[in-house]
Amino acid sequence: MSTVLERPEPRVPLRAGLFRTCEVTGLKLHRPAERLMKANAVAATVALLIGGISAILILLTRWQAVHLLEPVMFYRVLTAHGISMLIFFIIFFEMAVLYFASGPLLNSRIAAPKLGWFNFALMTTGAVMVEWMIWTGKADVLMTSYIPLRADPLYYLGIIFFAVGALLVCFQFFATLVVAKRERTYEGSLPLITFGAVAAAIIAVITLLHGAATYIPTFLWSIGVMSVDPQVYRMLWWALGHSSQQINVAAMVAIWYLLGAFTVGAVVLNEKISRTAFVLYILFISMASAHHLLVDPGFSSSWKVVNTSYFMYMAVLASMLHGFTVPAGVEIGQRLRGATQGLFGWVRRAPWGDPGFSSLVLSVVVFGFVGGITGVTIGTEQINIVVHNTLRVPGHFHATVVSGTAMAFMGLTYYLIPLIFRKKVAFWRLAQIQPYLFAGGMLIFSIFMSFSGGFGVPRRHWDITFSNAPFEQAFHPAVDALLGIMALGGLIAAVGGGLYILITVWSVFFGKPFTEADRVAGAKGLPQGIIRPPRAVTVADEANLPKGRFGTAPGTMVLVLIFLAAFATYYFANWKLLSFVWKIG
Amino acid sequence: MRPDEENMEREPMTTGMQSPKGRWWVPAHRSEKVWFAIAFAWCMVLFAMMPLWHWKGGQNPSGIRRKVEPAAFEARVNQFVADYQVGELNGYPVVEPPPGSDIYMIGRMWSWFPILKLRKGAEYTLHLSSKDVNHGFSLYPVNINFQIVPGYDYGLKIVPTEAGDFGVICNEFCGVGHHMMLGKVLVTNEDGTLPGETSASAEVQ
Repeated sequence: MSTVLERPEPRVPLRAGLFRTCEVTGLKLHRPAERLMKANAVAATVALLIGGISAILILLTRWQAVHLLEPVMFYRVLTAHGISMLIFFIIFFEMAVLYFASGPLLNSRIAAPKLGWFNFALMTTGAVMVEWMIWTGKADVLMTSYIPLRADPLYYLGIIFFAVGALLVCFQFFATLVVAKRERTYEGSLPLITFGAVAAAIIAVITLLHGAATYIPTFLWSIGVMSVDPQVYRMLWWALGHSSQQINVAAMVAIWYLLGAFTVGAVVLNEKISRTAFVLYILFISMASAHHLLVDPGFSSSWKVVNTSYFMYMAVLASMLHGFTVPAGVEIGQRLRGATQGLFGWVRRAPWGDPGFSSLVLSVVVFGFVGGITGVTIGTEQINIVVHNTLRVPGHFHATVVSGTAMAFMGLTYYLIPLIFRKKVAFWRLAQIQPYLFAGGMLIFSIFMSFSGGFGVPRRHWDITFSNAPFEQAFHPAVDALLGIMALGGLIAAVGGGLYILITVWSVFFGKPFTEADRVAGAKGLPQGIIRPPRAVTVADEANLPKGRFGTAPGTMVLVLIFLAAFATYYFANWKLLSFVWKIG
Repeated sequence: MRPDEENMEREPMTTGMQSPKGRWWVPAHRSEKVWFAIAFAWCMVLFAMMPLWHWKGGQNPSGIRRKVEPAAFEARVNQFVADYQVGELNGYPVVEPPPGSDIYMIGRMWSWFPILKLRKGAEYTLHLSSKDVNHGFSLYPVNINFQIVPGYDYGLKIVPTEAGDFGVICNEFCGVGHHMMLGKVLVTNEDGTLPGETSASAEVQ
């Protein structure tokens, strides 16, 4: 068996027993790091389960034909869904990624494993406090908790505990980088994936500091010792709320590179470009959260335009660069290894039955085509007038955070189960179709949710028939059909999400152990990238690359131009739509 | 080999899991340069559109923005209702201000107050604010949406371009009664009639 990686022997000999060497990747795995990764991944899955059940209940309520929950319960479950998914699931998983990108990927021990357990305990305590407050009805404020809506002080305190724990993990991550550098566990610069994780961790620090600036005053306000301006709260909250999604983006892109490497040996076309793009995320993304305040009364138009356009578009540029380099890396990786036919032979010969690979592709495509295009468009100052707080907003972010980030996390899990948990993936056939179900369902869900929003259907709303309102109000008749299709897509995605939880929990707790003997062609329960890792390439393989005018990745060039055409069409169609509404200013 | 590729270090290409060997700050491939240029140019288009729309477009969220005490704003709304009330609908006053004037609507748990009766083609300055928590002003089916924040007066110049009966939905969560919060804006034709209404019946009202 070939290994992907060749590593220099570290100067400081590794203590026997504390490490094991991975026979697939050649990575040295620090056992305390492995245990922390496992714990954080399990916590993430529990949060995903709570968030997922909430998702189904919300879906069956917004589907007006079913309208399952009572109003109080609906808003409560919606609060739990937002917090469990966007905060607990994603951040617990990102903690696992930070441990992986610093320890194993650099062949290093992690710094202060005991601190890791303290952090984990703090985060778990905070999460339990928050869930407790929500489910006992003491925090019916939705995840944004815009003051002067008031939750129990323990709710804010729980968030603070969770955030402090996450902040400490970031510092632990930076300390591990120092340890690895000092102990010379790697040569030269950090690998790109670790570099991406550094970007995510730096954004996380910025984000969590904003979190402190939001929640500490809010906690003090909730116990009556301080006043907080509602508009200032909204600004600070979104510096937390949106920047935290940028942690996701940076982590997700790092995982794209990782899944590309695991599954098809995707190469890094140019380190400079990919790294610069990560730096752009760090520099420009925090200001971009101003796009949540585009139709707020507290800010001038110039403030809005500068923060969203000048700053945000530099981050958009970064995403567009990754949107090229990731598929180009896959294309070139495939071509180097002999998939040289035509423009798209590399696509045909890709391992579509490897859930790690299909997750990668679906994550890139749905994130880019649906999440990215809608996000930039609706984050435009004037276009936001016809979008703000309608269903177009959740329609957008379910395409980024769910079919993008969560899908990438799921894809990575199919590799973590054998590599970290040392188990074969259970229900292999189901695992192979899970990404298609999940991303396909979410695609339908997001698109039809966005369409309903285009008719002005509000988000976060229990009853769009307005049965108890002082006047009659009916939406366009198409809305019922759109919401019905949306619900169908959501249910398909829920099946995909349920399968993911079933597969991971079953594999980890009842799965068959993974041994070297299992790595035979056609074996079930193992992704192709583990059975037969992509062979290392040599300079001679570069003879396989095309020499045409469209560069070494002509297929990708075609794909990104299609993307740009879709982007421009959607963008200008929205300006046209805006021009139909009343004159306002 | 093109010149830019010859400059590359002659090491095999690696994945993102490995430390790059040798010097990696090297010129990009031509395809990457081309895409970078296209993407950057597109971002400049995105950037240009917003100032351009402020200059030439008819829909902008600029507004006249001031801080205001919720109680003071509510008093102003009540004065406005006292000045221009012309009728009542389901217990809510219907207010018909003269074209060109400052008009007011307040969001509070859980209603929009009062009902506005406007004239098509006339310009008004619509002041929006909240008495208590955040609300979301969403005019249906025109689909105009603004965030309403307590303590802030958002004064927007508006010109209704169609006559009819419009709903004001609250689209920011404001408590358990959020979904019952529904207001109304009526827009008359230039002659003061509502669609489906003759000028004679308007006189009678």
